[in-house]
Amino acid sequence: MTTPLLQVEALNIALPVDGELRTVLHDVSFSLEPGRTVGLVGESGSGKSMTARAVARLLPPGARVRGRLEFDGASIVDLRGEALRRYRAGDVSMIFQDPRSAINPVRRIGDFLTEALRINGGMSSRAAGARAVELLAEVGIADGARRLRQYPHELSGGLLQRVMIAATLAVRPRLILADEPTTALDVSTQAEVMAILGRLRAEYGMAMLFITHDLDLAAAVCDETIVMYAGSVVEQHRGASLHEDPLHPYTAALAQARPDIDRATRRLPAIPGYPTTAYEVPPGCAFAPRCPHAVAACTTQEPQLVPIGDGHSRCIRAEELRGRMLTGPSTTEGVA
Amino acid sequence: MTTTGEVILRVEGLSKSFPGRGRGHDVLAVDGVEFELAAGGSLGIVGESGSGKTTTARMLIGLERPTTGRILIEGVDHTTPARTARQWRERGRRIQIVFQDPYTSLDRHQTIGSCLSEAVSVHVRGRAGEVSDRVEELAALVGLDDRQLRAVPRALSGGQRQRVAIARALAAEPRILILDEAVSALDVSIQAQILNLLADIRERTGISYLFISHDLAVIRQITDDTLVMRHGRVVEHGPTPRVLDEPQHAYTRLLRSSVPRPGWTPESALAALSGADPTEDDA
Ligand SMILES: Nc1ncnc2c1ncn2[C@@H]1O[C@H](COP(=O)(O)OP(=O)(O)OP(=O)(O)O)[C@@H](O)[C@H]1O
Ligand SMILES: Nc1ncnc2c1ncn2[C@@H]1O[C@H](COP(=O)(O)OP(=O)(O)O)[C@@H](O)[C@H]1O
Ligand code: SF4
Ligand SMILES: [Mg+2]
Ligand SMILES: [Mg+2]
Repeated sequence: MTTPLLQVEALNIALPVDGELRTVLHDVSFSLEPGRTVGLVGESGSGKSMTARAVARLLPPGARVRGRLEFDGASIVDLRGEALRRYRAGDVSMIFQDPRSAINPVRRIGDFLTEALRINGGMSSRAAGARAVELLAEVGIADGARRLRQYPHELSGGLLQRVMIAATLAVRPRLILADEPTTALDVSTQAEVMAILGRLRAEYGMAMLFITHDLDLAAAVCDETIVMYAGSVVEQHRGASLHEDPLHPYTAALAQARPDIDRATRRLPAIPGYPTTAYEVPPGCAFAPRCPHAVAACTTQEPQLVPIGDGHSRCIRAEELRGRMLTGPSTTEGVA
Repeated sequence: MTTTGEVILRVEGLSKSFPGRGRGHDVLAVDGVEFELAAGGSLGIVGESGSGKTTTARMLIGLERPTTGRILIEGVDHTTPARTARQWRERGRRIQIVFQDPYTSLDRHQTIGSCLSEAVSVHVRGRAGEVSDRVEELAALVGLDDRQLRAVPRALSGGQRQRVAIARALAAEPRILILDEAVSALDVSIQAQILNLLADIRERTGISYLFISHDLAVIRQITDDTLVMRHGRVVEHGPTPRVLDEPQHAYTRLLRSSVPRPGWTPESALAALSGADPTEDDA
């Protein structure tokens, strides 16, 4: 087994909300090896971005962090000064959902792309310009020289996200933190961006933490997927069978609530109620109020993450429910 | 599903061009779009961003004046925007719209209940009791409780605000409801609740939907027919199962193969692209 590049253990994060420190991440653990992709999926507010921001050392002010966060064997939380600067400018890069909000609108693409090369790489602006054109070519943008002279508003969302990936490549980080990088893109552009990320991962051995709310996309591109609910990891799943063989009732519920492109159903099996945050969860299992399989014991004991099948599940009934959580589709087409 | 064969909306040769920026060429956002919507039917419009979906919707509800073409709703000409308040009200009873982000269209300081009362009063001239009865009825229809009616928009979740937007649009009892990416920003579990709600409302009231989305799985679930748009034009149009299972146009095939599913890889999706015309952005 390869030594992990990133190791997260019992990560707990509390943030100031209304003047009080409130838990938003609860005992999150996982590890990521070089060249591999781990997916984080879950609904809004489940703690996906918080996890990535903790790794990037980009937490909001006032955050309290407990637990272990290690990059290449060194504690991320303890990085200071030059070591922290090197970590943030060279070891990890973050790609955001909305490239437009992450780029200065009044500077040209060229200035944006060559900055890191000139400052961190010590290149002349001429050499940096030539390298920037090469980087754009790597992400499938052929007329790089022209693009360098353009402003962000002159580029579509898909092109701009490619520019952001090209900027990431300029420093060739060992870990990419991609927070819903394709959510704002068209489905065909999404495929292009995912193909570029996949190729770069294969060529340069970069590891990737890939955040998405799309279970199918996660299953297709990740070596392992982590499902989060209310600030906790509820399922950890190796391989691509996340939606066919869910190990936790929440994963099964998500997979079923999503409409199916191959058939319409009379009614979608919606999950009742709303997602909650870590500090609002009742005692026992956080998912119990919405879980179709809940029994009395679920509200009294807090389930632990236990090994099962291709991964882990935080459900006291995981073993007995395995393989029985998905009901067959009831098709309506052709009936009406 | 529940259609009678009666056509409630007919769009003929609809185009819209916007003046280009600076010395640039005009942008032809919508280019000769034609379709019919059956009473009680549900028609999906899919296409990449910038393909003209929202501009088409804005012309249908009179927020934009078509450059050419004709819009007929229940046989009445809606091509040019309403000129009088009365005309605006009458049209509001035929067609309403719900956008992606309801937050921006709700008054921050107004409670949900008073927002709905206001929408109802435009159309119900009667005793105060009638208005509040109708508000209650709408709230029940979309699943909002008393506590939520007393709340301001900020205190509601995205899914709850989307219910408010739907209730407000339904206040006029329109024959047609346009939903422009109305479920796209919602969490999967909440999206399923809203899709079920929309199906119930259509079954109960016989309303017709024009459902704009880039999400093909959602389109499959909620529409009978689908229209695929690209660069302002309709490139394919047919029953939804046919369009998705046997796409005729290369662009529809590209969209279909781009959707992640078991066994899907980005590379397989892009392989389907070669041979199709290039999708390179025109930005
Ligand atoms: N700056 C902040 N101050 C206080 N609480 C915050 C802050 N940022 C996020 N939170 C809370 O932390 C929790 C986790 O948020 P996070 O952004 O990680 O969710 P997420 O899973 O990325 O959701 P989404 O899918 O909406 O992006 C949420 O309850 C959120 O409200
Ligand atoms: N008010 C406007 N002025 C100029 N161009 C516009 C305006 N509204 C839309 N457009 C342009 O029209 C085209 C279609 O846009 P839109 O209908 O919003 O697409 P969609 O909803 O399919 O994403 C795009 O090129 C867009 O930039
Ligand atoms: S522990 Fe109980 S409530 Fe929680 S997911 Fe398992 S069955 Fe459902
Ligand atoms: Mg997030
Ligand atoms: Mg639009």
